[in-house]
Amino acid sequence: MKPAPFDYIRPVSLAEACEVLAGDEDARIIAGGQTLIPMLAMRLARPSRLVDVIRLQELRGIRVEDDAIVIGATTRQAEVERSEEARAALPLLAKALPWVGHPPTRNRGTVGGSIANADPSAEIPLVAVTLGADIEIANTSDRTAMPADDFFIGPMLTAVTPGDCVCAVRFPRWQHARVGTGFHEVSARQSDFAFVAAAAQVALDDDSRCIEATLGLGGIGDRALRIDVSALIGHAPSETAIADIVRAAAKDLEASSDLHASASYRRRVAATLGIRALTDAFAEAASERGAGQ
Amino acid sequence: MKISLKVNGQLREADVEPRKTLLDTLREDFLLVGSHAGCEHGVCGACTVLIDGEPSRSCLMFAVQADGYEITTIEGLAPAPGELSVVQDAFCETHGLQCGYCTPGMVLTAHALLEHNDAPSRDDIVEAISGNICRCTGYGQIVEAVEFAADRLRKTNLPRHARSDANNPGKPPFGGNDALGHGVLTAVQPDTPRGGRA
Ligand code: FES
Ligand code: FES
Repeated sequence: MKPAPFDYIRPVSLAEACEVLAGDEDARIIAGGQTLIPMLAMRLARPSRLVDVIRLQELRGIRVEDDAIVIGATTRQAEVERSEEARAALPLLAKALPWVGHPPTRNRGTVGGSIANADPSAEIPLVAVTLGADIEIANTSDRTAMPADDFFIGPMLTAVTPGDCVCAVRFPRWQHARVGTGFHEVSARQSDFAFVAAAAQVALDDDSRCIEATLGLGGIGDRALRIDVSALIGHAPSETAIADIVRAAAKDLEASSDLHASASYRRRVAATLGIRALTDAFAEAASERGAGQ
Repeated sequence: MKISLKVNGQLREADVEPRKTLLDTLREDFLLVGSHAGCEHGVCGACTVLIDGEPSRSCLMFAVQADGYEITTIEGLAPAPGELSVVQDAFCETHGLQCGYCTPGMVLTAHALLEHNDAPSRDDIVEAISGNICRCTGYGQIVEAVEFAADRLRKTNLPRHARSDANNPGKPPFGGNDALGHGVLTAVQPDTPRGGRA
């Protein structure tokens, strides 16, 4: 259980990090290392060198803007979990974070690391897909942003090419007065990989009619998916109406089978958790007081 | 690569290969073997140390990454040679350890929890130690140990009259259904039908 030898570099700027990455295809970025180090220890990964970006201040921090909250890639998961600002501006992520690993791994694991790792059952990528976040990526020539939907390609597979560095995640903030969220997950043990996870966010108008709704499912296929729940918009749906819409959408989901859970189990649980997450979100939004009340 | 870090308050230096974990460096270079190697890939928590006060797995960090950080290992908790910290003592009192393999990680995790929160609920404690595996105790006495330590820490700063309940056998020293002494008074009443229970 010891990693193969590698070189270690601690660049002093993002530009330097990108240069090193551009010059060596086999170099890998290390930030929190909570997933990469076990992979090195088991020799599932054998990079030539590790580029440690965790101390780069330009990649760190939580910035709340009018219509978005931008979380720097090397911001630790525990920092986001503890931040009042992040909790207020991004309640869905706040609900998902306690499901990410364990407290000691969240102390070192980073938001950008989880995004770049692209585990299909991971919670942070699920929230990014559900809310339609943008992933900011830098390389030696420029800095671009890419919608989460295009960023995640498959299991541990992203649109990042060698030489790129994920530098921040921009989560949109909903402006509505009455917003509610829900998050549910099923795994073998608390904090283990999710068989299925569901994240939902809805907004209601003053008459409790839905004006915006989104539902994301993780763990069932090879990446997190957004489910079409636009049929909810304009209504104040009953629990059965929510259930019908989610079941219809989840019926033909492509789900994966493995030792832990069959595809049909995953589909069934996905529908159930999706309904629960949406129901929670509606209840929470209804308890928020609107502008006119 | 040369690194220097503060371990238990002392500046230590070492020349390590980049692939050497902080855990191996603590054990082999600094001979601090209280941090245990269990799984060496981040699953068991036996290697937990405090990095800048926060519990982290030392097998999931290379020593070169820890350069410049402050590390606390189990060897750094006791106030003086031959003494035990409040948390360590509570583990002894409540039989919170058997083989002891998980114990350094458990104690450090509990220590960090109580630094932030001296009145943790049972759920807070369970969540805090959820990343530490114990194959012996069944966790009951470990949770009890942390509750007990929290209770003692809270009381150390109280004037004597305010802690008079410590000697009152009717009132357990800390709350919760698993508290020491819970149910003892109602369950044991000899010479009455069904032990006096309703
Ligand atoms: S030895 Fe580090 S978590 Fe098991
Ligand atoms: S006391 Fe043996 S593993 Fe916990």
